[in-house]
Amino acid sequence: MPEAPSITPAPAVDGWFTTGADPHLIGVRCPACGTYAFPPEIFSCPNPRCGSSDLERVALSRRGRVWSFSVNHYAAPPPALSPEPFEPYAVAAVELPEERIVVLGRVADGVALDELQIGSEMEIVVEPIIPGADELVWKWKPVGA
Amino acid sequence: MEAGGSLSAGRVAVAGVGMHPWGKWGNNFVSYGVVAARAALADAGIEWTDVQFIAGGETVRNGYPGYVAGATFAQALGWSGAQVATCYAACASGAQAIDVARARILAGLCDVALVVGSDTTPRGFLAPSGGERRTDLDWLRFRLVGATNPTYFALYARRRMELYGETEADWAQVKVKNARHGLNNPNARYRKEVSADEVLASAMVSDPLRLLQICTTSDGAAAVVLTSLEYAKRHGVPDPVKVAAVSTVTPTYPQTAIEMPYLSTDSAAAVAPPERLFRDAIAHAALEEAGIGPEDLSLAEVYDLSTALELDWYENIGLCKEGEAARLLHDGDTTLGGRVPVNPSGGLACFGEAVPAQAIAQVCEVTWQLRGQAEGRQVANANVGLTINQGLFGHGSSVICVR
Repeated sequence: MPEAPSITPAPAVDGWFTTGADPHLIGVRCPACGTYAFPPEIFSCPNPRCGSSDLERVALSRRGRVWSFSVNHYAAPPPALSPEPFEPYAVAAVELPEERIVVLGRVADGVALDELQIGSEMEIVVEPIIPGADELVWKWKPVGA
Repeated sequence: MEAGGSLSAGRVAVAGVGMHPWGKWGNNFVSYGVVAARAALADAGIEWTDVQFIAGGETVRNGYPGYVAGATFAQALGWSGAQVATCYAACASGAQAIDVARARILAGLCDVALVVGSDTTPRGFLAPSGGERRTDLDWLRFRLVGATNPTYFALYARRRMELYGETEADWAQVKVKNARHGLNNPNARYRKEVSADEVLASAMVSDPLRLLQICTTSDGAAAVVLTSLEYAKRHGVPDPVKVAAVSTVTPTYPQTAIEMPYLSTDSAAAVAPPERLFRDAIAHAALEEAGIGPEDLSLAEVYDLSTALELDWYENIGLCKEGEAARLLHDGDTTLGGRVPVNPSGGLACFGEAVPAQAIAQVCEVTWQLRGQAEGRQVANANVGLTINQGLFGHGSSVICVR
């Protein structure tokens, strides 16, 4: 086997978020009833009184407020990726105001974890899952940090 | 008391209960299930060959035999020609197996059913099955977000801190209580007093939850024998413990609280949140079917995956108003000797999780309590007991038993 060429990091899942300068999550919106959903891979509108299968892919709000968060002090088992040596990492659940939806995500690298607060404003960034990983994922970063 | 909320309430008897003690035994899960099943059959005074229907609570971590748990236990007990079902609903698997068996009896399709749940668990965090499965949310939540089960428990715990001003020290008292409750339970894995200081000095896992604020994973098994009330009476048990309700509800859209293993909630943009969020709905459906209110409960066995989560259940069941659970705890209401003891068995704090067995184990404990056989942890004058938990991906689970 020849040595693998160096790889440009690519989204860990296709079609869930954009990359670039102002990344955003990709959700769906139901034109019939106006409900949203994330992730976008759903078969029909999740509103049981609607059920429309004609959903449109839309960009979700880039900013929201922390519903809750946790700082993990142990490595999650595979298939999670963990740096060596292990560093505590935070996960935040962020509510997008317009879509009224809470989305879980890692907190961006380099954020001071003791400054996280429920209710504070976060925005989406896209980074490797862990430093050096070749898979990109969305993360939450405090606005202004 | 006679629960009279529906035609089903009280028409199925818990004729026998049994467990394999919880621990880390390192054996095949089938062996634990057989021990629990034989104990339940002996307790009922019923021969395995008289069982007409067997339901297995199924686990996905044991490979091929786990996927076919009902028949696996039937084969281990000796093929008898019984009818069979296997139920997978994660932590609610055992309750679903009970529900299927109960429905068979209520439908008149059988008089005697055996329900078995058994599991082995690896050390450390529960994790998804192996392989690269990028369409499986359980796989993705680990890969993309690093969200373990305790991560979710921590999200709920921190909400309690924010909304109600609770502290780690408040929650530590749940562990102290449950550890004391389980001291004399022969099936409990941990039978040792724990101090609040020990809880608060234990290692931080998912901030704000420390090791002793989170339940461990265990090997264990539990089984119940259910019969029609007529069958129980014909066999000399005039006043058995009866199943008054089983709730297996799913959430109602939009489910606006983030739940394992999902990466997001439903959207409330177009549809207002329901009157009852999922955990409230699980308890409500069971109480409604039994025709009783939370004030009628003598005791409750709740899924204390974390100490803080036990407090959520107080409110979800309706033992107190939202935000008042810590006060209920500190007033001693939920301690043995109090108004409505919670987790007199010691709960998951003393047992640990054995996923398809635990909901059945909760029913075993309630049965012993209602019979007055819970030696060393007996709730005085117990006549109505509720169990509650929830299974991954939206499986509600609550059973109410009455005497």
